[in-house]
Amino acid sequence: MTAPAVGLVVNPVAGLGGRVGLKGSDGAEVQRRARALGARPEAVDRAALTLRHLPGVELLTAAGPMGADAARAAGRAARVVHRPAGPDTTAADTRAAVRALVAAGARLLLFCGGDGTARDLLDALGPEPRLPVLGIPAGVKMHSAVFAVHPRAAAEVAAAWAAGRGCVQLEAAEVVDRDEPALREGRVGARLYGRLTVPVLPERVQQRKTGSSGPDPATPAALAAEVAERVGPDGLLVLGPGSTTHAVATALGAPDASLTGVDLLRLESTGAARLLLRDARADQLRTLPATPWIVLSPIGGQGFLLGRGNQQLTPELLRRAGRERLLVLATEAKLTALAGRPLLLDTGDPALDDALSGYLRVITGRRSAAVHRLSA
Amino acid sequence: MTDHRTTDPRPTHPRTTDPRTTDPRVAPKPALRRFHQARWDEKLVFELGTPGERGVLPPLPEPAVTAAVGDPADRLPPALRRAAPPALPELGQQQVLRHYLRLSQENLGADLNVDVGQGTCTMKYSPKVNDTFVRDPRIAALHPDQHASTVQGVLELVHRLEQLLKEISGMDRVSLQPGAGSAAIWTNVSVIRAYHAARGEAGQRDEVVTTAFSHPSNAACAKTAGYRVITLPPDADGYPDIEALRAAVGPRTAALLITNPEDTGIYNPRIAEFVRIVHEAGGLCAYDQANANGILGITRAREAGFDLCHFNLHKTFSTPHACGGPAAGACGVTAELAPHLPGPTVEFDGERYLPDHDRPESIGKIRPYLGVVPNLVRAYAWIMSLGAEGLREVAETAVLNNNYLLDRVRRIPGVSVPYAEGRPRVEQVRYSWQRLNEDTGLHSEDLGRRAADFGTHYWTSHHPYVVPEPMTLEPTESYSRADLDEYAAILAEVAREAYEDPETVRTAPHRSTVHRIRHEPLDDPAVWAVSWRAYRRKVLGERP
Ligand SMILES: Cc1ncc(COP(=O)(O)O)c(C=O)c1O
Repeated sequence: MTAPAVGLVVNPVAGLGGRVGLKGSDGAEVQRRARALGARPEAVDRAALTLRHLPGVELLTAAGPMGADAARAAGRAARVVHRPAGPDTTAADTRAAVRALVAAGARLLLFCGGDGTARDLLDALGPEPRLPVLGIPAGVKMHSAVFAVHPRAAAEVAAAWAAGRGCVQLEAAEVVDRDEPALREGRVGARLYGRLTVPVLPERVQQRKTGSSGPDPATPAALAAEVAERVGPDGLLVLGPGSTTHAVATALGAPDASLTGVDLLRLESTGAARLLLRDARADQLRTLPATPWIVLSPIGGQGFLLGRGNQQLTPELLRRAGRERLLVLATEAKLTALAGRPLLLDTGDPALDDALSGYLRVITGRRSAAVHRLSA
Repeated sequence: MTDHRTTDPRPTHPRTTDPRTTDPRVAPKPALRRFHQARWDEKLVFELGTPGERGVLPPLPEPAVTAAVGDPADRLPPALRRAAPPALPELGQQQVLRHYLRLSQENLGADLNVDVGQGTCTMKYSPKVNDTFVRDPRIAALHPDQHASTVQGVLELVHRLEQLLKEISGMDRVSLQPGAGSAAIWTNVSVIRAYHAARGEAGQRDEVVTTAFSHPSNAACAKTAGYRVITLPPDADGYPDIEALRAAVGPRTAALLITNPEDTGIYNPRIAEFVRIVHEAGGLCAYDQANANGILGITRAREAGFDLCHFNLHKTFSTPHACGGPAAGACGVTAELAPHLPGPTVEFDGERYLPDHDRPESIGKIRPYLGVVPNLVRAYAWIMSLGAEGLREVAETAVLNNNYLLDRVRRIPGVSVPYAEGRPRVEQVRYSWQRLNEDTGLHSEDLGRRAADFGTHYWTSHHPYVVPEPMTLEPTESYSRADLDEYAAILAEVAREAYEDPETVRTAPHRSTVHRIRHEPLDDPAVWAVSWRAYRRKVLGERP
């Protein structure tokens, strides 16, 4: 019996807004602005990374940047079953490609994109579809539970599924996207759009982000004091997104730091922080006068530390700071909720992901840390 | 086999006279014990009484005495005299007795319920006969400042108890001064600090490693002593992650503070390797054996390579917990660390027992004098009544009881036993009601509150909950099989109600004293009130 065919559809502009701090890539206007800010599409490369680790499957795909380019880059043969109408692809192209792949007999759909792309799949396949689909993560934030934790992990899951290995389970997984009204009220929330059927290998497919009720009120001051002590006066801080880091910025005296963006701060000799750049883009963080400290908090429930909603932190910047200047903040409750799962890395540079992997001290409070595993 | 129902010689009441079987308005007697607790609308003792009311009126000194010595208060140094009398409650004896009797009726103490739900606390029977020793005037009437020559008996007892605990732990010296388990951990952390300071490494070694399932007093004491605390997560089997330990230790490591078996009841078989890793980094290892009930006479801290350990005498060794104290802790250390122990120690020169105050490297006092002597008397009596074989039998019975209860409880729908699946546990088990929570939306705390309606209770776990919807049970050797069956039946009934009548559980307790307590006043320093004065200031809003 031959292995069932795998379909691949790539949203070439997925993740375009990430490195330039736009927090999403939906819509032609945002994409135009992203390109104007120097953004370069990376989704095709990420799909190619998956395919390189996925030999020996029959591959169906769409033409050009919607799949064939990735197959060529990975040196994989693929049968093109759909051609987009023009060079600038849209959500309609994704939906059309999905229908064509299903019609051509794909038994597993790999899609490379973000939460918006996952919603396009729902639209094309109808509510609660039975056909297994798996996301190759290439969007900006990716709150849904339909993505592999890393492009390489997508290959692992797809190969196990194609080989019919019993350890792969099909599960109904939630498609969620950022809740814009909640965001405007200063809460990081997500809205549920539907469910897709996803093949799951333990720890290889990401969980959905859980809404946060905000950090425990006692902790931001404690976390801020720890950060201030480590960084010392005149230290530069690159603060990742999320309510924990935002609360820490507030406790450090910079309440106007962004909730969902990456900010640059300097710690004054008084111990207070001054906001130098709000919502910084990757290119603005390229030429810092000193090596910065990177302050991050993992995404609740999901455990992502790098590569979800903080692509502004480029591999180049992260290499410069190194593991020693990576300050990860999380309450004990947040770590506990991961139920033993690692903190996840998907920086876009697999070698860097490997270099950052391993046990790291996560700051949980004043004079407190917990050792936790980081993994790609 | 005889059927006791036909051979029981006791007269039976004619069934027809039992209203429960004849009167359709009266529900039939349930299989489980019925219970209804007293609920007194009782004020705080400070709010009772009237000014001038007294319980005891001591007679005034005879005029001749006053004439001879003057006002005895004048003999007190001014610094020890109060400017104003203390604001104590003013009540008669009967009013005080009634007040405390009422409060006692609102309690579910260890002597009243099948107290196996207080996991990690080792609630065992405190033999009442040991209290008669404590109340004996030969103990009760002693003053700690008496000359050693007049208190040889109690000094001998303390000295002997130390020898027994040395044998039980394998350590070289044991201090009996701490007044509780946390005080014992504090003692050990202080000894660790003194050891590194003596070697000139106090500044360098500023980190203490502990584990997620070790008792939180370990982290708390280390922090109080100024250390940074690094917590190791459990691995997939529930053991502390040894790779995480390797990543955590280094030249800054002062010590590892660890419990084993941990709160999960799982014994870490690689404990000696943990100790070796920390020793290689130059750190010390302290074994929290507050609860050693499952391993008495079976394993010792010494053989696992530890430098320090401690026992809670109010757990393993049967003395009362005394609601947070004073209880009693015992710290065991190696000869190398012994000079740092608190003093006085009790030494024996072959003839006499003497308190030794001359301890220049000691960390100082943890409690005044010799410690909580009444509890030392109880623990000594308990150990002597059992002997070495008896202690081992305690552990074996406790483990047997625990695994019997485990077998009962794991059959209850909605319960699971996370980690090390299918393996027996040592002396306690941390269960999870996660499945029941997913099915019914009810939480472990709801079920615990409903258990109070059946005259018992259980404890969930320390925060944050590593095991979701936790329940920690520890049946010590004290409980009979009938007790354990009754307890399991109560849990099964509460779980059945959770599925069939969730509202009853959600709104529980219905027949107990306290309905629901808010957690914030317990957790928030801005509002908690641990004294009457604090209560007046923070709750009543009075300005002192
Ligand atoms: C393992 C362990 N260590 C330490 C302690 C603290 O003892 P105490 O409550 O006497 O301070 C406890 C008590 O709960 C315990 O179970």
